[in-house]
Amino acid sequence: MANRPELLAPPEIFYDETEARKYTSSSRIVDIQAKLSERALELLALPEDGVPRFLLDIGCGSGLSGETISEYGHHWLGLDISASMLNVAVEREVEGDLLLGDMGQGLGLRPGVIDGAISISAVQWLCNADKTSHEPRLRLKAFFGSLYRCLSRGARAVFQVYPENIKQRELILRQALQAGFGGGLVVDYPHSTKKRKEFLVLTCGSVQTSIQTGKNECDEGCSEDDFSEDEESGMVSMSDRNRPRKRQKPNKKGKTREWILRKKEQSRRKGNDVPADSKYTGRKRKSCF
Amino acid sequence: MRLITHNMLSCNIKGVTNGFPLRIEAGNVIEKEVDFNPDFIRHMFAKLEWKALVEGARSMGYAELPEDSPDAAVLESDESFLKKLHHALLELHLEEGALVCPETGRKFPVNKGIPNMLLHEDEV
Repeated sequence: MANRPELLAPPEIFYDETEARKYTSSSRIVDIQAKLSERALELLALPEDGVPRFLLDIGCGSGLSGETISEYGHHWLGLDISASMLNVAVEREVEGDLLLGDMGQGLGLRPGVIDGAISISAVQWLCNADKTSHEPRLRLKAFFGSLYRCLSRGARAVFQVYPENIKQRELILRQALQAGFGGGLVVDYPHSTKKRKEFLVLTCGSVQTSIQTGKNECDEGCSEDDFSEDEESGMVSMSDRNRPRKRQKPNKKGKTREWILRKKEQSRRKGNDVPADSKYTGRKRKSCF
Repeated sequence: MRLITHNMLSCNIKGVTNGFPLRIEAGNVIEKEVDFNPDFIRHMFAKLEWKALVEGARSMGYAELPEDSPDAAVLESDESFLKKLHHALLELHLEEGALVCPETGRKFPVNKGIPNMLLHEDEV
């Protein structure tokens, strides 16, 4: 991203009244947030018994993600540090309760009361020290510690994050594991810079189900896979480094068929519509072309 | 803020051991109807602190809940009780007022239904 909001100002200042309105009225953002929230809810793996649950939306902002939770029939509690964003949520008459608070100060919730937590594009804000008194590691510790306590046994927390770099991602993960969470990273569309989304899926207590694999080029998504992670060892699967190493340049004779096939495969992996390969692919055309 | 949330909130100030429940100073309470789902109410019942709920409801002007926490049989069969619990948990909104920490007396103001739980530098 050219200008990461986290580098411009602390969240309660960046998301002032104007920005809050802009954020919520941008149809593109509304759409993205809805999709991310749906995916996060999917990864929460709540039991499908038709009983609504009580969820926590961390960094709920103007309630975009909360609305998705309500659509799925659950009740929720939202926390955000920006009063302007929360005011927009009040205007939009969201169904969840809202709290003005700083997740880095700890959540202040009783043990075992929350059935699941999601956070869309918020946790990375914790990694910035916005005040001289802030020490990101302590804030992350307070956050993950209090989150672990307030989740009920077997509940999950799913965070969609935009980490600035690998170090930040590892910092977040390390603090989560130290707090007692197990789990791992799910990456959707790892090869596409545009579509790529990361979800940190954290579990507490004994885990019965396995964690889904990330989505790839098939839009139906890969079905619930039986790769069960070792929750005890807190193994993390980072699946984003599969970029092809070898670069096959078109050679002096022109673009060979192999090169064309590779390029088409790359494009397919990104999720584009590519014509099928056939005997005509890369065939020599008449010189008039 | 509804009682379902109030029942889970505790004072987060450093050094406070007995920060639950927060006392409610009700300024303005409104009622908003919510669809009744008995499964959800039963599911939440196990997590509630009953005394805190009864007291909180009373501060918001609703005194229909029984003093003692009912047992499982009532939960299964008595729908009127479930409806009262539903009303208390989900339909009463504290719009203006304050939440007070029982140990330190620190007030967390509530405006437009949103409690301000931000701690000052020295309270973290």
